[in-house]
Amino acid sequence: MMKRENHKKPHKTPAAKLYLHYISIQIRSLMQYKKSFIMNAMGQFLASFNAFVGIHFLFMRFHSISGYTYGDVLLCFSVVQMEFSLAECVARGFDSFSKIVRQGTFDRIMTRPRNEILQVLGSSFELTRIGRTVQAALIFAYGTSHAGIEWSFSRVLTVLFMLIGGTGVFSGIFLINAALCFFTLEGLEFINIFTDGAREYGQYPIDVYGKRMTRFCTAVIPYTLVQLYPLHYLTGRSDSILYMLLPLAGLFFLVPCYALWRFGVRKYKSSGS
Amino acid sequence: MIEMKNIRKTYRVARRNAGFGEVLKSFFHRDYETVTALDDVSFSIRDGETVGYIGPNGAGKSTTIKILSGILTPDSGECLVDGRVPWKNRIDHVAKIGVVFGQRSQLWWDVPVVDSFELLKDIYSIPPDIYSRNKDELTELLDLGEIIRTPARQLSLGQRMRCEIAASLLHSPSILFLDEPTIGLDAVSKIAVREFIVRLNRERKTTIILTTHDMQDIEAITKRIILIGKGKILLDGDISDISGSGDIDHTVAELYRTYEI
Repeated sequence: MMKRENHKKPHKTPAAKLYLHYISIQIRSLMQYKKSFIMNAMGQFLASFNAFVGIHFLFMRFHSISGYTYGDVLLCFSVVQMEFSLAECVARGFDSFSKIVRQGTFDRIMTRPRNEILQVLGSSFELTRIGRTVQAALIFAYGTSHAGIEWSFSRVLTVLFMLIGGTGVFSGIFLINAALCFFTLEGLEFINIFTDGAREYGQYPIDVYGKRMTRFCTAVIPYTLVQLYPLHYLTGRSDSILYMLLPLAGLFFLVPCYALWRFGVRKYKSSGS
Repeated sequence: MIEMKNIRKTYRVARRNAGFGEVLKSFFHRDYETVTALDDVSFSIRDGETVGYIGPNGAGKSTTIKILSGILTPDSGECLVDGRVPWKNRIDHVAKIGVVFGQRSQLWWDVPVVDSFELLKDIYSIPPDIYSRNKDELTELLDLGEIIRTPARQLSLGQRMRCEIAASLLHSPSILFLDEPTIGLDAVSKIAVREFIVRLNRERKTTIILTTHDMQDIEAITKRIILIGKGKILLDGDISDISGSGDIDHTVAELYRTYEI
């Protein structure tokens, strides 16, 4: 029988490699239920199509809303959809975190020599959201042709930054929701105002809702940084490089979210579930 | 070497009576009671020892295991496991221990067990040669041949428990915590698990800390028992000194009566 090893670990498996391994297990699990996966992905595709139809009919009556054209709104809508569905794909583990705490799975996470967040992210990967992402990408293509955007390197970069920043902001809200589970054991439904709600209201550039809303969505939760301002750069309303870079600044939102999470983990360690 | 000194741990528990009115009342005002899970617990365990940690439900066994495995921080007291404070540097600590929770699976439900093993290899950063040697040996000793190619959800409880134990040993931990590893198992599986643990301790010198309600587990695996009741260590000694010649279940029941737990 094996001798006990005194292995000094020369290297740790890189976090990215481990994450991909987790994802591959999740996808293999999913493929055990192929039909369910296909139906779910189609459902996701159709459900968000609804919202697109709503915008379409609205613009058959009105030609612009607060100065935004049909094409502008479609761009805004599709980018927010992509951001949200990417965040749901990646950060789904936080969204369903109350289950992890209540079923005691978090104890198991604590007995493994890896960062807790990495393990929670790896515990769930919602590939069915791919349906929504694909649909949003199609609308994005349609919207850009409608809005008559002249593509340049910096504009492509802006879209990329929007996707990164927006996915980060939405993931941050999921992280807050998860951290609160350490205190309440239950997910809090009101957090959905900031996730599902933002996805719905985020269809339109935030300044159509007025100044107060714009301020709130800049100072409290930085939606405008990943939506309104870069959109202005994209549609040629502004030439400021700052507007192009603001989505990345939105990632700073993750700092307080992470702090709350650390606080929650400390609480868990002192009181259990 | 495991050393626990004067460990104390309390929880706050919200209590209310039955009835809808009480639910409403508790919504605005909750009565909290402090429950002492561990009260001045001290013991030490040498390398390579096997210890049965017994006591009635709610005595504090799981809390102790959770503190030793870095999940919980105690209110006060000192604890060193091979020189490490479990809750201070969780990641360093847990890389060197194994934990089996009998009532909870650590395998990924929908994929073959060997896929879970591969993932654990990356989680624990096990070097490939050590991984494959450990996997082969554990497969042989726990008779897992075909089983590890089956999805975990389709295994019987006995088969799954053997896989759970293998999964906790892939990274060659020097200490193994087993929290009720034989719960719900049939006679054949129980014997297989017991024999494996004995062999693991003898040949790999792995320190074993076992909690169970099955006294035959204790008889088969450990010499030393620690009895805990209402958060206090009541007895710590050699099993043969306590039981004499009688049946072990009766002896333990007698102990519980003596200590009124």
